[in-house]
Amino acid sequence: MSAPRNRLHKWLISGPPLAYLLVFFAIPVLIMVAASFRNPGEFGGLAPLFYEDEAGAHLDLTGQNYGRFFSDFLYTQLFIKSFAYAAITTLVCLVIAYPLSMLIARSPKKHRDLLVLLVILPFWSNFLIRVYAWMIILGPQSAFVRALNAFIGFFGFEPVSLLFTPFAVIVGLVYVHLPFMVLPLYANLEKHDPALLDAAQDLGANAWQRFWRVTFPLSLPGVYAGAALVFIPALGIFAIPDILGGTGGIMIGNVIKQQFLDTRDWPFGSVLSIVLTVMAVILAALAAWVGRRSRV
Amino acid sequence: MALLEIANVTRRFGDFTAVNDVSISIEAGEFFTLLGPSGCGKTTLLRMIAGFDVPDDGRIIVDGQDMTGIPPEARNIHTVFQSYALFPHMNVEANIAFPLRMAKADPARISRRVEEALEDVRLTGMNKRYPNELSGGQKQRVAVARALINRPKLLLLDEPLAALDAKLKESVQLELIGLQKEIGVTFVYVTHDQGEALALSHRIAVMNHGRVEQIDEPSKIYGFPKNRFVADFIGQCNLLEGEIKVCQGERMTVHLDGIGEVSALNVEGDQPGLRGVLALRPEKVAIGRDLPDEPDLNRFAGKVYDFLYLGDVTVYIVELAGGMRIEALLPNSAAGRTKFFEAGDDVQVSWRYDAGHFLND
Repeated sequence: MSAPRNRLHKWLISGPPLAYLLVFFAIPVLIMVAASFRNPGEFGGLAPLFYEDEAGAHLDLTGQNYGRFFSDFLYTQLFIKSFAYAAITTLVCLVIAYPLSMLIARSPKKHRDLLVLLVILPFWSNFLIRVYAWMIILGPQSAFVRALNAFIGFFGFEPVSLLFTPFAVIVGLVYVHLPFMVLPLYANLEKHDPALLDAAQDLGANAWQRFWRVTFPLSLPGVYAGAALVFIPALGIFAIPDILGGTGGIMIGNVIKQQFLDTRDWPFGSVLSIVLTVMAVILAALAAWVGRRSRV
Repeated sequence: MALLEIANVTRRFGDFTAVNDVSISIEAGEFFTLLGPSGCGKTTLLRMIAGFDVPDDGRIIVDGQDMTGIPPEARNIHTVFQSYALFPHMNVEANIAFPLRMAKADPARISRRVEEALEDVRLTGMNKRYPNELSGGQKQRVAVARALINRPKLLLLDEPLAALDAKLKESVQLELIGLQKEIGVTFVYVTHDQGEALALSHRIAVMNHGRVEQIDEPSKIYGFPKNRFVADFIGQCNLLEGEIKVCQGERMTVHLDGIGEVSALNVEGDQPGLRGVLALRPEKVAIGRDLPDEPDLNRFAGKVYDFLYLGDVTVYIVELAGGMRIEALLPNSAAGRTKFFEAGDDVQVSWRYDAGHFLND
């Protein structure tokens, strides 16, 4: 094949995704960065880019939005809280997903596809409906909560309410993100050569040692991929804390949503979004770096 | 008492009997080979010795101790796997040290033993390499070093040379023999390659359909196969169907189907009327244009049907007058010639009366 045709093929193949990224990622991010330096408009949205006075037209830009973020500790606190929620979600997902993925990876080949299908089955119904379902399950009238309260009441404890608590938020976050941890972990564990475990056992490793010395280190790329796929979306989510978290359970995503939709302060919403994006990028880079260092 | 005693071991998978009432006893320091075609049960037997599989019947006894119920990690028996199964996330040093780490050995002792082991398998200085940076031969040596590091009573090798190319195989074979002699550990080696088995082993058990067909030294296995399967499986062999006619002293007369009467060695149990095959190795069959006619020789005339030129030797397939074909092997050692006969040449073949063995069915 001649060189120019070869180049044409490359563009044909990489062109559409590049265009997609440009239109739906790069340009929106640039608009957001620009918006973060502008003033809010009188009735929401953005103030005009130029204003006029006696001296003529001026570019209306400001660094005040960033000043507001860094001077009010409330927002940093919200970030820290969101990080904690996302971190706990990631950890709980990992703890649940690891045995599940191992079970799927080690079940007979003909059952594996069905089991993977069951993991992604919840995706077939609407996300919000599934979260509202948890609202009912965790609500005070649900059989589950009544049974729980009857049980702890037997030991003399006051009844608890689960809905609109951080616990409910974590439950929702874990529930929604679990498949994103299971799939990369399963994809990794499924590729492990069973002869390695035979060899480890043959050379004197008990079940626990076989897991810690062989299976777990070899699964780390899957753990990192799953952690990234859970942590980053969990960090910015607003629907789950909105529905299950009540007033005390809000995360940074809720505040960003408020800035854009309720307060209509687009510039400050942009600032929060940018800080969140930068944090996520730093974390992803860190995870990639740790991942590469631990690679064989 | 033998080091390894396999007593009446049977293993079934559903309707299929993989290992059928096998009894073998292996002495300490022996290089013992389980040889057979794929599916003959040799690997199942090896896995039962290692503890990965459990006999349905019979017992495996190592050094006087019944292994029933003892898991692989608690057996002082290590395996070199066909794929080597080196841990890809550990370097050479960590791979070799693995059994000592599992046994919680003292770190100073571990590093000393690792250095010694690397020296034993000529891999000094390779400590920090990862398995994906090693050649096939080096991987194999790491696998052997790892399996030997804490001096097991028994080393099991599951077709460890299958992945190596022919040239490398020969040098690795010599290394294995040397290593086994040096450290004196008992080797149980599994292979389907009869050449490997003959070259390496002190004794060989030939297996077929889950049963042991013959246990003997390599030269006995090759020279005195007990039955048709062993004769056919080990090396090349002419198997000529026939019936014993007359037994007289140490000789007997056998009528070979489509060939005629030949004289053969009479051994205990042979009697007139028995049918069977005369197993005759091609290298024991002489081929020439004009062979001498002596009383000890069976001589027949025929035509060269085809030949296989193998470099050092040529195998001639000679079609006899009655249509039967016999293989004869001729070394290409004479000066100035590359081969001696062409297809279609009129030739004679002959063999001594005691060159073959009559194996009754």
